[in-house]
Amino acid sequence: MTTVQPTRAQSIRRAIGTRLSPVAARWNSFAKTRAGAIVVRMFSTNAAWILLLLAVLMLLFNYLAPGKFLTEFNVRTMAANVSVLLVIAVGETFVMATGGIDLSVGYVLLFSGVTSAQVMNWGGRDSTNYGWDIVLLGFVVALGSGFAWGVLNGVIVAKAKVPALIATLGTLGMSWGLAEILSNGQDLRYLPSIIGDMGASRLFFDKIPFVVIVAAIVAVFGSVILSLTRFGRYTLAIGSNQEAARRAGINVDRHLIKVYAMSGTLAGFAAFMNLAIFTTTTISGHANDNLQAIAAVVIGGTSLVGGVATIAGTTIGICIPMVLFSGFTILGFQSFWRDVAVGAVLILAVYTDQLRRRRRERR
Amino acid sequence: MPEPLLQARGIVKNYGHVEALRGCDFDVYPNEIVALIGDNGAGKSTLIKILAGSEQADEGAVFLEGRQIHVGSPFEAMRLGIETVYQDLALAPDLDGSANLYLGREIMLPGLLGKLGFLDNKAMRSGARKAFGELGVDLKNAQSAVANLSGGQRQSVAVARSVAWASKVVFLDEPTAALGVIQTARVLETVKRIRDRGVAAVLISHNMRQVLEIADRIEVLRLGRRVARFTAKGATIEQLVLAMTGGIAEEGAA
Repeated sequence: MTTVQPTRAQSIRRAIGTRLSPVAARWNSFAKTRAGAIVVRMFSTNAAWILLLLAVLMLLFNYLAPGKFLTEFNVRTMAANVSVLLVIAVGETFVMATGGIDLSVGYVLLFSGVTSAQVMNWGGRDSTNYGWDIVLLGFVVALGSGFAWGVLNGVIVAKAKVPALIATLGTLGMSWGLAEILSNGQDLRYLPSIIGDMGASRLFFDKIPFVVIVAAIVAVFGSVILSLTRFGRYTLAIGSNQEAARRAGINVDRHLIKVYAMSGTLAGFAAFMNLAIFTTTTISGHANDNLQAIAAVVIGGTSLVGGVATIAGTTIGICIPMVLFSGFTILGFQSFWRDVAVGAVLILAVYTDQLRRRRRERR
Repeated sequence: MPEPLLQARGIVKNYGHVEALRGCDFDVYPNEIVALIGDNGAGKSTLIKILAGSEQADEGAVFLEGRQIHVGSPFEAMRLGIETVYQDLALAPDLDGSANLYLGREIMLPGLLGKLGFLDNKAMRSGARKAFGELGVDLKNAQSAVANLSGGQRQSVAVARSVAWASKVVFLDEPTAALGVIQTARVLETVKRIRDRGVAAVLISHNMRQVLEIADRIEVLRLGRRVARFTAKGATIEQLVLAMTGGIAEEGAA
């Protein structure tokens, strides 16, 4: 008979286990209560953990820079800065929930902004006095441009079976190139001035920027659609097991086209918000939009292989990089520390998702 | 013998140069459990896929209740009352049991909200509880993702899903392959209950003892053709193995 000596790691683990067992027992009995079950369910998702992370970061920065970080002005600035990204991230969440990816969102946004601005800018300098009819036309053109790119993405992915990574990388290049060609690489100015007024306006006692409210409405709509409707259910089912969805009689191809079309249309919508905020097409400002949106979605707990996604998570995932950026800037660090930190959080988010998957596969 | 519920005649299916089925016949009678057996590569799974609409036959005809049918897609099969439990569990692991049960057949909220695409999760959950209860499946946490269930429970969800919607035939491709003893017994019990509800069950299995125990009839495939038919009562494992491996070829025996 041989007795197996526990390795050092095993004995350490066992020692920790004995220390923690009363805590675990108390936790388990708490988990059996009604309130406990809700808490347990909440923390089985990534969203709750990253909300905790966001709160800790905000309190930390507020502690390190008292009176500078959690001010009305700074919070408002941060919220306004993430509003455009949030809108494209909502679309990206749906795409990634199906197990796909949309790399083209940033330049579809740019393209839609350029076409929209060109339509509104038809009369040259006089266009600043144009009225709501022209603005509405510009809005429709922005949505239409985004929708067209989205449908193209969807058809390439669903019908031509080109992997989403390559399909949307292709349309990224196409939309970028065409945007530069249409605009000659020059930012368009002289938009109807009422757009700028709209972008700069604030509601609720002049406290909350209009664009933030619009982005919040888009996020709420997206969340309702994803979690309560058949469209959302099919989106998650396809991401979870495309073959099962197909066998259940779901028209997978058509649904995928709809999802990519939605992502493109939201990019067009975001383009119009962008025009309203900056009153110009900001040609050089969208190189990283796609990666920022994807990072936010992944940090928000959406699985890279699809099937699991929440808009609430994505919203928090948008806020974390912004809080890091603002915090580091206020503390006098180089703002590039944000990119370092976001990169680390991103890897952590995917790692925990992998861990969860591996754990449940062992059953 | 009554008229067959489902008949396949002369089914041919080639994958490139591989002849999976070479003029295969198959019969299912009402209210029976029929086992479909054969060695690896005999064409069992291919035949099921064709009858369930997920593959198309190159030649041959399929009849349901005497009428020729064309099963162009799984969706058409489902509309005809034919359901399949696949070997590789066609479930969406990230969704819960009730979402899986109703996948593709969601209950919508009444009125305007339903028209807008809103789901009636409450109705689906209570329907799922009933459907699982009928099969003796106890899902402790009905709101937990299917991936968090044990293998047996997952299989039960897949079976329940098919049974709940089938009105004519349920195909089960190796439904107990990955299961333990108790779960296997449960699933077999479920298969019997399918029959008792007036739905025919077609069972693919490698387990001869199991086949003799549960099936009413047995059809044997070899090299893409039906080579023998048995009534389970009185058949022996030796007979089945001989038929599968080519010792005899008694089409229409028994």
